[in-house]
Formats: sequence, C-alpha cells, structure tokens
Amino acid sequence: MATEAATRSSISLKGSAALVQEFFYFGINSILYQRGIYPAESFSREKRYGLSLLVTNDDKLKSFLDPLLKQIEHWLSCRLLKRLVVVILNVQNKEVLERWQFDIETDKDVTESGANSTREKSEKVIRQEMSDVIRQITASVTFLPLLEQACSFDVLIYTHKDTEAPSGWSESDACIIEDSQEVQLRSFSTSVHKVDTKVSYKADI
Amino acid sequence: MNYRGIKESTNKSPTSKLSSKLAEFTLGSRTPHNLSRSRVGKTPSKTTTTEQHRSKSVGRGLKTRSLTPSRNPNFSGVGNGGGDRYIPNRSASQFELGHYLLMNQNSQNESMLNGSTSAPCSPSKAEYQRKMRENLNGGVSNVNAASVGDLSDCRILAYQKGQAPQAPQGFQNQNHRVLYSVRAVPSSSCKKTLRHIPAAPERILDAPEILDDYYLNLLDWSSQNFVAVALLGSVYLWNAAAGTIQLLVELENTTDFVSSVSWAQDGNYLAVGFSTGATGLYDPSRENTLLRMMDGHTTRVGSLAWNSHLLTSGCRSGEIVHHDVRMPNHVIATLSGHTQEVCGLRWSGDGRHLASGGNDNLVQLWSAAMTGQGTDTVPLYTLSDHLAAVKALAWCPWQPSILASGGGCADRTIRFWNVNTGTCTMSTDAGSQVSALVWNSEYKELLSGHGYPSNQLTIWRYPSMTRVQELTGHTQRILNAAASPCGEFVMSAGADESLRLWHCFKVDETQKKQQRQATSTRKDVGRSIAQTIR
Repeated sequence: MATEAATRSSISLKGSAALVQEFFYFGINSILYQRGIYPAESFSREKRYGLSLLVTNDDKLKSFLDPLLKQIEHWLSCRLLKRLVVVILNVQNKEVLERWQFDIETDKDVTESGANSTREKSEKVIRQEMSDVIRQITASVTFLPLLEQACSFDVLIYTHKDTEAPSGWSESDACIIEDSQEVQLRSFSTSVHKVDTKVSYKADI
Repeated sequence: MNYRGIKESTNKSPTSKLSSKLAEFTLGSRTPHNLSRSRVGKTPSKTTTTEQHRSKSVGRGLKTRSLTPSRNPNFSGVGNGGGDRYIPNRSASQFELGHYLLMNQNSQNESMLNGSTSAPCSPSKAEYQRKMRENLNGGVSNVNAASVGDLSDCRILAYQKGQAPQAPQGFQNQNHRVLYSVRAVPSSSCKKTLRHIPAAPERILDAPEILDDYYLNLLDWSSQNFVAVALLGSVYLWNAAAGTIQLLVELENTTDFVSSVSWAQDGNYLAVGFSTGATGLYDPSRENTLLRMMDGHTTRVGSLAWNSHLLTSGCRSGEIVHHDVRMPNHVIATLSGHTQEVCGLRWSGDGRHLASGGNDNLVQLWSAAMTGQGTDTVPLYTLSDHLAAVKALAWCPWQPSILASGGGCADRTIRFWNVNTGTCTMSTDAGSQVSALVWNSEYKELLSGHGYPSNQLTIWRYPSMTRVQELTGHTQRILNAAASPCGEFVMSAGADESLRLWHCFKVDETQKKQQRQATSTRKDVGRSIAQTIR
C-alpha cells in the first residue's frame, strides 16, 4: 500500500483529504508537544515525512482527537472546511494566548469522480512540503513566549454557513487575540487543498 | 593601515608550546565594527505585519549593514525549501485593507498626528500606534474590517469547546524552559577528577567580523600546528608554535565571504569554501598560495572534509560533491541525500565512512565506494533522530565505528551512533545547542561546544557521559572548536568575535612516562611468554 502510494503521481479529492487530515494529526500533536500543553512523557516518537515526530500516547487525548479528525476529513472531502484553528488558552481565566491558524483553499473545479477528479502532484512532493511546515512548527518554540500557566486547547473550524453541526460541535466566537503578533509559516498544497499556516500570539508587553 | 587583526589577550600563564609573542601585523583597510555585525543565524525574523512593534523588541532586533553577506536576492530558496527560517510573507497581511483603514483614520485625526510626532510616549501617539498595529494585522478586532474580511459569512464551530482533556494535576510546563531561563548546572553534577583543568582560557585572540552563522565551519587546526580561521572575506593562519599570523586569503568583492575552511590530513593544503559556491585549494608555504579553484556548487559551501586526496564539500542546496583534487575534472560524484543545507561533514579516521549532517535534521552515513573513489551515491543509513539541524559531528578516534553528533537548539542532544549497525547507542541531553564536538583519546573524553544560555564548553567522560568540567568564558554562542595536533589544546571560536585557547587536556609528562614504561615492560613480558610457548 505504502509503495503503491509513493509512486502515484495524481491525487483525488478523497486522497487529498486523507493527506491533509494526516497532516493535521501530526500538526496538532506537534503543537501540543512543542508548546508543552501536555507532559513530554505522554508523547512517543513516530517517524513520518522523514522526521521523528511526537504523537500523544494519552488515551483520553487520543479519544478526543480521533472523532475530531474524522469529522475534519469528512468536511475536507466535501470541500466545506475553510479554516482550522488550534487555540491555546489559559485554563484559569480562559484567556487566548496562541492561535494556530490553517487556512484551507479548495480547488473548486475538482469533482468527486469522473474526468476532472484528479490533479497531478506526486505524494512525495506533497509530503516534503508538509514536512517543511511541521519543521517550522517545531522551530517556533524559539520565538513564541513561554506558556507559564496551565493551558488547554480548543479546535475551531470555519465552515460554510449552511453546514450542519454534528453532535459535539457547537457555535463559537473566533477567539481572536487582541494586539497580537503574527508569524506566517510556510504553506503546502496537495493541488486540491492548499493550506496556509499562521501563528498569532499574545505579544509580550 | 596597521591593525591588530587577531590579538592576543592579557592572560599571563605562559605555556611551553604557545609562548611566543604574537606579532602585530598589517591587514587591509577593513575595520571591524561591532555595531554592524549581522546575524545570519537561526533567529526567526518576524513578519512585516509587526513592523510597528514596540521598541523593546526592536532594541534587541536585527541590525543591518551595507555589507551584510546576505543571500543573493535572486536566490529562490534551497531545494525543496529553506528550512525553518521565517521569511516574511506580505501576502497574509492585507496591506491594501490596512492602508485604506489607515488613510481613513488619518483624515479624521490629522491634526492630532501632526502634533504628536515629537512626543514619543504621549497617549495619543500610543493610541495611534495601537490602531496602526490593529490595522496592519489585517483588521482583527476591528469592526470596519469584519465586514471586509473574506470569511465573514462563515460559521465557526468548535469541537467540544473547553472539553479537551486536562493535563495531569501538578504538571508544569517546563518543556522548553531551558530555552528561556538560565539554569546553572549544579556543581555536584561535575565529577571530580584527579587532574587539574584550568577554568580560564590560556589566551584569547580577537576574531573581528567572524560570521555568527551556525551553518558555517570557520575554524580548523592543522596537523602542522597552524590554525586557520575565516573572518568574513579573509582567511588568517595563526602559527600556534611561533605565534605569528599570516593573511592567506582576502576576497576583493565585499559581498562574498568565506564559508568554510578545512586542512588536509597532512596539514600541507587548506581547502576554503566560498559563498559563491567555489572551493579554493591553498598551499600556505608557496609564494603564490592559490593552487586551484574548483566549482561544483551553486550556493555557499558550508562544510568541507578531506580523505587523503579526496575533498568532500557540502553546500547550502544539500548537495555533497566529492572532488579528486589531483584531476582536471575534479568532480567525481555528487550525493543528493540532503534536502537542505549541509552544515556538518566528517570522514571517519579509517576513511571508510563519511558522515554528513544537515539542516533537514538528518545525519547520513555514506560508505566508501568499492572503487576506492568517493562514496556510494545512496546513503548507508539515514538517521532522523535529531530534532534540529546537525552541525557537530566527530568520529571516535579509538573506536572507528562510533560517531558522535550534536543537534541544534530545538534538539540539544548529543547522540552516539554505531556505524556498523546504524543504531543510536546513547543519547545525552546537553541542555543547549551543540555546535562542536571534539574527542580526546588521552583521557577518553569528549568536549562539546554550546550556545545559549551558558555559551560554554563541556567536557564529558565517555562512555559514562558524566560532566567533567564546564569551561565558560565566551559571551556569545560557540561556533566551532578544533583540537591541536597534540590533543592537549582546544581552540574555540565564539560569536563574541573571540577565539579562546583552552589547555583542557593537559598531559602530565612524568605520569605519562611511567605509564609508557609500564606498558613497554608488560609487552616485553608478553613477548618472552610467547617465545617460551613457541
């Protein structure tokens, strides 16, 4: 399966959604590890994109992330997801400290099946681009302010107005940080989905 | 213009080997000025959206200068990406919107703005700056902007808001505290030794305009006791025995710089890598020192390694090239295993393996080719355990299959690899960026050079990896370190524009003589036994 995937050079909407979902899995895990939201001991190494990445071992966290990611993959394959935001907030006063924003642009012409259902881009190139983004997330600890207090996180998504909210999902505000500093990270594209990454954080005042 | 380019310090303890005076010498017209030092390191630069940010961060921000050896403006990234550097991207900042909002604001309070230019901290100015910042940030938290934003008709959903599992009680986020706070290593963690290691450097040499760039290799010590150091566009040789200084290379073009130096094993030839991608071969003993220029790369050559007549060079694009320096067509092979800048390159002592470390966080091991020319073009092992760029690489002199490698500031570990099996045999958290590794066979110890927070050299006992001593003195991170041919001295180059000479592996002559006698008698005994058996 793996070798078959590596040699393929065209990508469908479904395949792209799966790839982007996988990226979010490793991306969210990397953020949680790098920002120290959970203890380092609860993470284990997994090799992906030619990097050693850390993913959580914690069963509770896993059972939180799994349905979330499944839903995200569904939305991705329906072209409904416009933005995903990982918000890091102070547990005590609910103040938003960091906001990792992934803007998703979906190719409007691609169809689920038929003649116009695939795009030409090899999986190897896509994974390389993803690894560049993940590496930047890892390196961001050098400039992001230290999170001194106990922190938690939320995942927000921006979707189309008419989208049904499945169970577990509820309306939310945008959790914007006032007077924030922003750093734009790299982007990647599966040629079906294009994902821009940006982190904004509360400036040290 | 007469000028002390590499100047000796005032440290008074004389040494037998390095006691001669350091002569004053002449240097070109370039004057070092600290103010204009540029930073090319891994420091992330903020995006332009934060142009307005406070003077606090501006104060320690980047200083620019006309001579900055920055990369070529036409350079469009390395290979598949320039690594984890932050390149400002204006596309995200909605400049037009910001400008529009700003102009609106201006027309309303023009008079106020005109009056406030001279008062840096007046409340109105602060208010103006706040507005400006909001506007530049694409109108976040701004009512006007919300209607213009492209995602205004979206529905925002949160998954189980506030229900994310809590971190265990009592968990404190100390994961990266080391990056922010100085933590003194408790003295008890340093194991007591019988020998005396001087805590202060034997001498300090000035190294004006040494480039503070983690990815370059600017210092090497030859087997004939010459130290080569690259200071921006020139290479100086310091004769460690006589204390004299020689200017070997000086580039005419001020935008170019020297990116790496490496002595051949016999110490007769010096290879110099340039920012242009060329590699020069020099013989300091000749009148006309330049022997030949070799191309092969498109961007700067950050690392070099010799294996008899074979010179291996690593480049910013991630390519590694083997040059046979005797042949007119010098390029033997090109290895493209790395996707980003190669900053560490070392041949093993027996010449059977090449280790390379890159900004793609990989260590790759290459085995020498069967033909005896260069290496195989496919890496023997690709080791991805480091979490940051790998610059420091060193082969163990007494165990040829052991390689030590050190990671950058997101990794901070020293790892040991068995090249026969490709496995990581040991890993130690060094607490800060590792920029250099030097083995010592006399004491079976390892010396590592570090960056923030302590900028120290640490001596480790191998294989127990207990700390023997910390040598502090550099005020900024250590960039490179090299051992003298006798092994007793180590020279470290710091971003504080100084070279420090440490006598940290001092050998007690009388003790050594006794040891030598003891081993020789033991050998004699062995020989006689062998004879009787026969």
